Amino acid sequence: MTNVLVCVKRAPDITGEVLLTPDGTGLDGRYSGYAISAHEECAVEIAVGIAEATDGSVTVLTLGGEEAVEQLRNALAVGAHDAVHLLAEADRFGPADVAAAIADLVRVREGDGTAYDLVLVGNDAADTGDFQVGIRLAYALDRPVVAGAQRIEVAGGVATMHVGSAEGSETYEVGLPAVATVLEGGVTPRYPSIKGRMRAKKAPVETVAPAVEPRGTGALGLRLPPPPPSQVTVLGEGPGAAPALVAVLREIGVVS
Amino acid sequence: MTGPVLVLVEPEEGRASLVSREALTFARQLGDPVHALVLGAATEAALQDCREQGAAVVHEATNPELGRYAAAAWGTALAQAAGEAKAPVVLAGGTPRGTEVLAHLAARYGQPMAANVVQVVQADPLEVERQVAGGSVLERVRVNTPGILTVAGHAVAPEPAPAAGAGELRRYEARLRPGDLRAQVVRTEARSGGDSSALTGARVVVGAGRGAGGPDGFGAVDALASRLGGAVGVSRVVTSLGWRPHHEQVGQTGSRIAPEVYIACGISGAIQHWAGCASSKTIIAINTDAEAPMVTKADYAVIGDMHEVIPAILEELG
Repeated sequence: MTNVLVCVKRAPDITGEVLLTPDGTGLDGRYSGYAISAHEECAVEIAVGIAEATDGSVTVLTLGGEEAVEQLRNALAVGAHDAVHLLAEADRFGPADVAAAIADLVRVREGDGTAYDLVLVGNDAADTGDFQVGIRLAYALDRPVVAGAQRIEVAGGVATMHVGSAEGSETYEVGLPAVATVLEGGVTPRYPSIKGRMRAKKAPVETVAPAVEPRGTGALGLRLPPPPPSQVTVLGEGPGAAPALVAVLREIGVVS
Repeated sequence: MTGPVLVLVEPEEGRASLVSREALTFARQLGDPVHALVLGAATEAALQDCREQGAAVVHEATNPELGRYAAAAWGTALAQAAGEAKAPVVLAGGTPRGTEVLAHLAARYGQPMAANVVQVVQADPLEVERQVAGGSVLERVRVNTPGILTVAGHAVAPEPAPAAGAGELRRYEARLRPGDLRAQVVRTEARSGGDSSALTGARVVVGAGRGAGGPDGFGAVDALASRLGGAVGVSRVVTSLGWRPHHEQVGQTGSRIAPEVYIACGISGAIQHWAGCASSKTIIAINTDAEAPMVTKADYAVIGDMHEVIPAILEELG
């Protein structure tokens, strides 16, 4: 029985146009909407798969404002069993603060008799792209950590983690308890069923104040780089443009 | 900034990798002298790359336990080199390994890490700009000392230093800590069905997106990539739909490429995809929509259906 804690972050959806808040200190998701990163969607899927295979459980956690409960309910709808909401202004929390807050919660739960064998986080958040929460969390908890896991199987107290590499894949065998950061690509996140959505609406979400005073991110501001002016040369339309395109390839030197 | 800038150098076919050479070039903006750390026995070609990039010292950590990758062990070796060099700034290329190892270093030191830095705003106190939101937004960050940075791929071109560095070789055995090998690679498996390592290093990449129409719509794309001696790269929607494997994905959550020419076929050019291909030297878009971002951002474009245009290109190439 493997108990998995999977950590997600509500972030502005950046698949379309990205806007900044009027004061230039954050991304503005009012028009784009909010989502968790693709890596975190996969982390939830891996967690649910491990729980199903080992008769275990999945707790989903987020640190953020009141609206972040939406992301917790999305995870509950696809199979997470319960949810913890570290209610806080996420913008004030740097990656070290987030890791410290999660580590504190894990320790408190352990003291109360709930141990998380595996903690999963996304490889990096879609908005801040810090790439470090999971590794800092592992150091705070003194656990082994694997970064970039795309598939994880658990058996006999050992997690076998598969990480993609340029040449193929690398396998780690790590004793539990452990931490992993999950990278998109190894599993396909499931869609919520109607039954899952109904269950998620009613599921209790525990709200907790993080026991960490944030030190911040060191960020001084954001800016959108000006879009370069379009300098496209249209070579033509349809198959008739092929000779012009091949001439460009010859000019570049990739064909003789 | 007083003291050396230490750069973690990753190997690539016996040389210092392209991204590591970029990081060495970037390091010269931050201070002098520049030191390099190579884990395992450095080849003469890798040493030469470091010297060309102005490295005054090349640290070589020789512990045989470093042969099988363990990020915590690499972090320990890096911390040891940083301590012996008294380096106020440590940086690496923004590769998966570079980022992972520096995050270990940052966690050990209890220091912030700035990932995907693209430029130095000021050296003292250190302020940098880094990419966030998939590269579409720049964030200005103040960095504490010791500064721990990863450099975004292709933020700078790898330029040889005006004067080669002495590259004095300092060998030492990394003193690993208990627990450093708790998460270590136990097996590696080569990918079957093609070598996608070609994608990130390819001189030519032929990309395809939703315009391919389905899993059977890549025949001409494969043929063109093969004819040009290049690799195939795809957009996220293609992998999400299961048409092609994830290791071919170009973009924020896939590979970042920097070929001589990228031929993007039937790809709209969403921000995530652009983040992965923007460093291409020349971009050619083939798309039915003349207003698609991929077309307006490209250097050259053909307006048309990729299923008609690519066969015509193959015929023209003979």
